[in-house]
Amino acid sequence: MTYESFEYDVLVIGAGGAGLRAAIEASSAGVSVGLVCKSLLGKAHTVMAEGGMAAALGNVDDRDDWKVHFADTMRGGQYLNSWRMAELHAQEAPARARELEAWGAVFDRTKDGKILQRNFGGHKYPRLAHVGDRTGLEMIRTLQDHGIHQGINVHMECTIIELLKNGDRVVGAFGYDREKGRFRLFTARAVVLASGGIGRAFKVTSNSWEYTGDGHALAYRAGAELMDMEFVQFHPTGMVWPPSVRGILVTEGVRGEGGVLRNSDGKRFMFEDIPDAYKSSTADDEEEGWKYTQGDKNSRRPPELLTRDHVARCIVREIKEGRGSPHGGVFLDIAWIKERLPNGAEHIKKKLPSMYHQFKQLAGIDITQEPMEVGPTTHYVMGGIRVDADTQMSTVRGLFAAGECAAGLHGANRLGGNSLSDLLVFGQRAGQYAAAFAKEQTTAAINSDEVEAAARHALEPFEREGSDAEGPYQVQFDLQDMMQAQVGIVRSEGEIQKAVDGFPGLHQRANRVGVQGNREYNAGWHTALDLRNLLMVAEAVARSAILRKESRGAHFREDHLEKDPEQGKLNTVIRQGTGGEMDVVQETLAPIRDDLQQIIEDNK
Amino acid sequence: MSSATFRIWRGNADGGAFEDYTTEVSEGMVVLDAVHQIQAEKANDLAVRWNCKAGKCGSCSAEVNGNPKLMCMTRLNSLPLDQPVTIEPMQTFPLIRDLVTDVSWNYEVKKRIKQFAPRAPDAPDGSWRVEQYDVERVQEFRKCIECFLCQDVCHVLRDHRLHDKFIGPRYFVYTAALEMQVLDTADRVNDLANEHGVGYCNITKCCTKVCPEEITITDNAIIPLKERVVDEMYDPLTKMLRMFRG
Repeated sequence: MTYESFEYDVLVIGAGGAGLRAAIEASSAGVSVGLVCKSLLGKAHTVMAEGGMAAALGNVDDRDDWKVHFADTMRGGQYLNSWRMAELHAQEAPARARELEAWGAVFDRTKDGKILQRNFGGHKYPRLAHVGDRTGLEMIRTLQDHGIHQGINVHMECTIIELLKNGDRVVGAFGYDREKGRFRLFTARAVVLASGGIGRAFKVTSNSWEYTGDGHALAYRAGAELMDMEFVQFHPTGMVWPPSVRGILVTEGVRGEGGVLRNSDGKRFMFEDIPDAYKSSTADDEEEGWKYTQGDKNSRRPPELLTRDHVARCIVREIKEGRGSPHGGVFLDIAWIKERLPNGAEHIKKKLPSMYHQFKQLAGIDITQEPMEVGPTTHYVMGGIRVDADTQMSTVRGLFAAGECAAGLHGANRLGGNSLSDLLVFGQRAGQYAAAFAKEQTTAAINSDEVEAAARHALEPFEREGSDAEGPYQVQFDLQDMMQAQVGIVRSEGEIQKAVDGFPGLHQRANRVGVQGNREYNAGWHTALDLRNLLMVAEAVARSAILRKESRGAHFREDHLEKDPEQGKLNTVIRQGTGGEMDVVQETLAPIRDDLQQIIEDNK
Repeated sequence: MSSATFRIWRGNADGGAFEDYTTEVSEGMVVLDAVHQIQAEKANDLAVRWNCKAGKCGSCSAEVNGNPKLMCMTRLNSLPLDQPVTIEPMQTFPLIRDLVTDVSWNYEVKKRIKQFAPRAPDAPDGSWRVEQYDVERVQEFRKCIECFLCQDVCHVLRDHRLHDKFIGPRYFVYTAALEMQVLDTADRVNDLANEHGVGYCNITKCCTKVCPEEITITDNAIIPLKERVVDEMYDPLTKMLRMFRG
């Protein structure tokens, strides 16, 4: 067969914040760049980010600097982070934020005209550069509007189904366009994966249909290692009602602006359980917490702004013990600040416009008048493709990864606001080093047998049309139900094992699904093809979760409630075995540099 | 549980027809939920474009009972369910399939607009000093989620098909955001008048009415741009000065 073919020095797969930033960087290094996005340009999940981008600019509190940001990130990640990535991230985020402004981003301002920064969970000082509660939109639009003038060739609504190798090196990718279902063959000297997360492996998620772990699975099948896949972040506040919007994100910014969590008794339950590591930095009472949210530098943060893993578990506890809200969540109240602020209602609308809009339209609730109902939602995966901290190259030559699909920066738990900065810092680095790598390579031959096999495999679901083949949606739903129930926020060996045992059956069903219709914009076919990736990443999560017999960060085991100092020195590594089986092992973290350890001690 | 009927356009550029699907509806559902349910249960190959399902990405634009809407933000309880709910693709753009249209023209238009060109930074670290008051005016325009419903409803595009001569409301909002950005130094007024067709807009405000982000497109973006064109290109004094300067 012949295919529509394209040749680039650098091919970037994914066009959210990380992919766009990588493409811009590679392009400015003078190489040819192709950018593939699963949806239209500018619609990637980055657009959903609300709260802001963490960068130690020190505009609001000049005590902040990269060292404090580094220490906060490591504490939040429970010291499983790649310390080198955490160092680079904290050092380079300010320059990446300023650069966005040079490209046209319009951030909210301080009184003296600098970029305004807000408080967020786990960040010691106000650190999140933001635009109301639509920072992600501002960021992706800025990158998009800058990127379209850089000579990048954008392939919209195109999905990659396989990476292509020559020897030990990735030399291209194979995919299809949504519009007609035609195959496309990409030859590239370097490939950057920036494909985002895996949220669709769970039933309740803030992620859209795209987040099926494509990059994770492509890398895994190409022989790259994945790391720390047990760490899935359940954001504490997603919408719970009405049922159709369950899981949609409610920004942490609500709590940053003074919003409080209450149970059905009206009690602020977050005061009841404060982890030791945060006792000294958490407010003693409601008054102190309120003052903190209003910028008082001598006050400490309210417990609602503890890390996301902890807040999510406290919410689950309240619901389980019968103190939840009518629709199975808890109450998040921002309306109460009217007692403290004379123009409270206007203030809320100004600071949280899209939350106001979202609740008003989707739930018929005016958040300036009544509390919201919220509960945890699958939001983000800390684990991902194992990369070199400086270059973002994976363990396979020529294959790079940045953003959510890469592992390392966030360790066991990500702080809010550290994602947008992650995308820019490591998107830039991946673009730079991918371009440098590409310049050193010649274009390698593509193995046409490999391509033919991928094409045949992709078309198989059509051959089963009309027989008694099952459609793809029910398999996806059953996987989501299983992961939600057995590998969710609270885990135990027995439950996770049930999920592990469930995979062979799901794989079998996925291999037999049939689809109706033809190849034009056929959602059923796309879902059938995505299933393979989704099953792979879900299994990686489950198998990693069973191996980590401790509770750390986002990974909570009710049969191992405590942190185990020995396990705290281990990363979980996944690779495909020679017989196609999934190998999961634990590997010791590289010892931290002394100067960085000292920064952690100084900030304890 | 009750049920409702959805009359959905099925077809491609070669032709098609409405098909009726009846499905269960429950409290709080939006149009996109119903479409997804139909897709999962009855029509696996139904083409629909969507992403965030929270009114933030602008992907699921369509015409619901004839009105340009985001399907994810249109609740069923805002529609009469005793008759079929009609769902069809946007009419201004070429049809790809079912509810999905080819909106690539919009992306081409944006490339033709001069990009942001900031003045030299105010501080040695490369940053600027800007008042909150000055950013707020522009932030209204930057709320745009590029759903293209304003383009869909604009009669210059929809009825007169002047896609070659007129960039449409979305790109006047985009131009306004650049022109009113205090840091920007580029001049787009000549392009607005001669290349981008701002004069074709006759201020019927249809775009403003359908904007899901409630951007006051006509009053805050298009009219000020028209005024700039008039001030710079047709003001007698400026015109005379230009004649002297050549």
